[in-house]
Amino acid sequence: MARPPLSDDELIARFGPHLNEAPPGGWDAGLEIDRVVETHCCFCGQQCGIKLKVHDNEVVGFEPWYDFPFNEGKLCPKGVKRYLQGSHPDRLLHPMERDPSAPGGFREISWDQALGRVVSEIQRIQEEYGDDAFAMLSGVSLTNEKSYLIGKFARLALHTANLDYNGRFCMVSAGVGNKLALGIDRAPNPWSDIPLADVVWVAGSNIAETFPITTSYIWRARDRGAKLIVQDPRVVPLARTADLFLPVRPGSDSALFGAVLHTLIRNDWLDHDFIDAHTVDFDEAAAAAADMTPAWAAEITGVPAARIEEAAELWGTSATGMMLHARGIEQQSKGVDNVLAAINLGLATGKFGKPGCGVSTITGQGNGQGGREHGHKCDQLPGNRDISNPDHRAAVAKVWECDESEIPGKGLPAEAIIEAIHEGSIKGLLSICFNPLVSAPDSNFTAEALDKLEFYAVIDFFLSESGQHADVVLPGSLHEEDEGTSTSGEGRIIKINAAVEPPGEARLDWQILLEIAERLGRGEHFQYDDTHQIFEELCRASSGGTADYTGATWERIEAEKGLFWPVPEVGHPGTPRLHEGGRFSHPDGKARFHAVPFRESAEVVDDDYPVWLTTGRVVSQYLSGTQTRRIAGLVAQYPEPLCEMHPRLAERLGIGDGDQVTVTSRRGTITLPAHVVTTIRPDTVFIPYHWPGAKAANQLTIRAVDPRSKMPEFKVAAVRIERAGEGAPTTDQRDFDLHEGSA
Amino acid sequence: MRPTRYGVDDTPVFVIDQSRCIGCEACVSACMECGTHRGQSLIHLERIDRAASTQTAPMVCMHCEDPTCAQVCPADAIKQTEGGVVQSALKPRCIGCSNCVLACPFGVPKYVAEVDQMMKCDMCTDRTSEGYAPMCASVCPSEALWYGTVEEFHATRPGALVDNWLFGRQSVHTKVHAVVDDVGGGPIDVLGGAATGTWLDDPFGLDEGMHDRSGGVVR
Repeated sequence: MARPPLSDDELIARFGPHLNEAPPGGWDAGLEIDRVVETHCCFCGQQCGIKLKVHDNEVVGFEPWYDFPFNEGKLCPKGVKRYLQGSHPDRLLHPMERDPSAPGGFREISWDQALGRVVSEIQRIQEEYGDDAFAMLSGVSLTNEKSYLIGKFARLALHTANLDYNGRFCMVSAGVGNKLALGIDRAPNPWSDIPLADVVWVAGSNIAETFPITTSYIWRARDRGAKLIVQDPRVVPLARTADLFLPVRPGSDSALFGAVLHTLIRNDWLDHDFIDAHTVDFDEAAAAAADMTPAWAAEITGVPAARIEEAAELWGTSATGMMLHARGIEQQSKGVDNVLAAINLGLATGKFGKPGCGVSTITGQGNGQGGREHGHKCDQLPGNRDISNPDHRAAVAKVWECDESEIPGKGLPAEAIIEAIHEGSIKGLLSICFNPLVSAPDSNFTAEALDKLEFYAVIDFFLSESGQHADVVLPGSLHEEDEGTSTSGEGRIIKINAAVEPPGEARLDWQILLEIAERLGRGEHFQYDDTHQIFEELCRASSGGTADYTGATWERIEAEKGLFWPVPEVGHPGTPRLHEGGRFSHPDGKARFHAVPFRESAEVVDDDYPVWLTTGRVVSQYLSGTQTRRIAGLVAQYPEPLCEMHPRLAERLGIGDGDQVTVTSRRGTITLPAHVVTTIRPDTVFIPYHWPGAKAANQLTIRAVDPRSKMPEFKVAAVRIERAGEGAPTTDQRDFDLHEGSA
Repeated sequence: MRPTRYGVDDTPVFVIDQSRCIGCEACVSACMECGTHRGQSLIHLERIDRAASTQTAPMVCMHCEDPTCAQVCPADAIKQTEGGVVQSALKPRCIGCSNCVLACPFGVPKYVAEVDQMMKCDMCTDRTSEGYAPMCASVCPSEALWYGTVEEFHATRPGALVDNWLFGRQSVHTKVHAVVDDVGGGPIDVLGGAATGTWLDDPFGLDEGMHDRSGGVVR
């Protein structure tokens, strides 16, 4: 039973999160810089270029990398502070085994003991319960090389079908929608297209806080006179300056998009030539939208009908336009519907394959794009290939030098893996850089599931909340300790360079996997001297797939400061903009419209739970906070979760700003301060999800998933809210002085 | 791409466009990395009225031509460089009286009790003297803080650069420029009213009858 060996407080005392306040030696150390390494930020999908300063195998500071074309030196606060994750007091330095009698609940063991136990437990569980009873979960902040290796490792070394990645909680609805409509799973445009758009429509994306550098691209569009539409339940920072704000009720985005399509058709703001030449199934989509009038949508979405008409006119009459959408429309039990409905608007108006035109997802995680191409999704093989397709399997088996039958079939997606653990059909788990206890919905259920594992091993660099349940902890590597590539949200393959070596006994992640494979007797498939060899194999394995990296080399990527895939042959210039000339990636070259009738979310408000809950990020935190909750300046910026609510709701419930409020859903209850602001819909509350335990927003969220993408519904749940006690106001101007931590 | 290192013949200016600020505090974090005051941020971010808006404003020293902070300093501790950069209070002279803090029309200087001294933005002397943009303007994700020549600004961005301010009857001329829509480029009347966009007065369409799902209009 994989239960935490000690109480939360005792584990926190030993493993943190503690705050790293300053770089090695302190702020005034004046250390001589040994070298400066050009690499990238370890956080969101923008993957900004940054230069890390190194002294004596420690990252001690940074410099803006002005010459990197995407961000030209710009960084958000996470990028500025990212170097402080190195040399952190919480860093895992030795393999450990759970031992409730040991200080901190874990005792250090040798690598030989740790790997021996991991392998023997894998073998025991698979012999007793079958191969698929041992599962693997991996993170999307890992490099392409590691993502590829994990896909191969799970299939050939563990021989389990049950591998999935945490992009299942992030980008997967966009991926499914893109493949269905466009035939390829990638943002169709480089970000340099954004400034060329006459209208920029941001749908369900708090760009200022989750993709901050993208703001400057949008401002550049506006410098040219572009109109800005923002669709969100909150007046997010970008919305403040929008020309048109669409305050959509959580879970109703497809109704809004349907009404816009209806209006485009009614006013004939369509590109008939484009529709006829480059798409199919327009009539089906139009029929589904026939009754979706703005007045009908206004009732469902809460967006005044006049604004829906205005959005349609701006989008339909503009020569160029880009829509950027993200988790707001994707993390729903109808996330794929929402994405398809968004793409319908781009296709109907011919806004694809031209400068300044496209409907693009924004990838949340660092390697959200590359991570979903290289085979650590339960349903995919490298090159974005379908694991159920015999031809695709054969192509990969040839590169892997194995028989096709050795590659397991489609496995369970992440949430289903957690449910299978809970009901007992999966008995063992190996996770790498994945913290489901904070990032998965219904966290009390997730905790119960982890408790039930017969064996749980983690590879990570900090002991995450999930890692506290582990039987064996294998200290892996930080982003700045390994070399490889990543693929940013715009589809640009970039080079990650190692700045330092892992400290203590920590090892590079890929070397740990190779060692386990060797001990499992599958070492012949995993003979790599370095990650460059893994990349070269990745390129071969992707050849002929949609995510084709054949012509990419580390040397080219570095020299050209990134290379957009597909790069199907050596010497190919890369493909910044997809669908040029209206050529889409389906075999017939045409895009697909989809009929998207509106359906409700899995859970809707009622008398018992009358308020909509939506969750998301704040600018100073990243995902489950495993890294960012350990950096002092970022924690000071937003120390704890707040429950944003409108004054009308607060007044109705007798709640004042800063009061403690109890938020209850059918899954759980949390108590946190109210943040009373007029920038959120009066029927909706917002809580950021980066915190664990008693502060975990995901105690409240629902395990319902999209039927096609299996993406959980993080953005919609029904809750009730009660005042729990007094508190200090949260909205006073903060008492800034000039010191770290005062903010 | 915007040049990021300037030669001796270039005359870059520091520009603030508050309308672009997204409140991320990258500037605050980055200021702390400046070599001359590492660990301390000399810039701060104001939330204008978070209860009603997400509007934020990064506050850097405006480097006034005739700085009020220096005028009111009883210890003559606040000096200007030949280039017009107004410096933090000189350590040997500053008596920590906070006159400058109270007098600055922009609300910029801060008294730091730990060092008993007024400290504020010095426009990243270590970087600007080498031709680089200040750290805050280097990292600012939205280019609300911007550093470059006037020619570069007008070649890439709309708006007028203004360096004259009216605080009631006090007229202030600053080295730092603000961006305004008004092409005329006249002084910014700080005490004058501010306009808002149309939907900002009623972001959720409450006056137009927004419905909730629990029955009835949310009023």
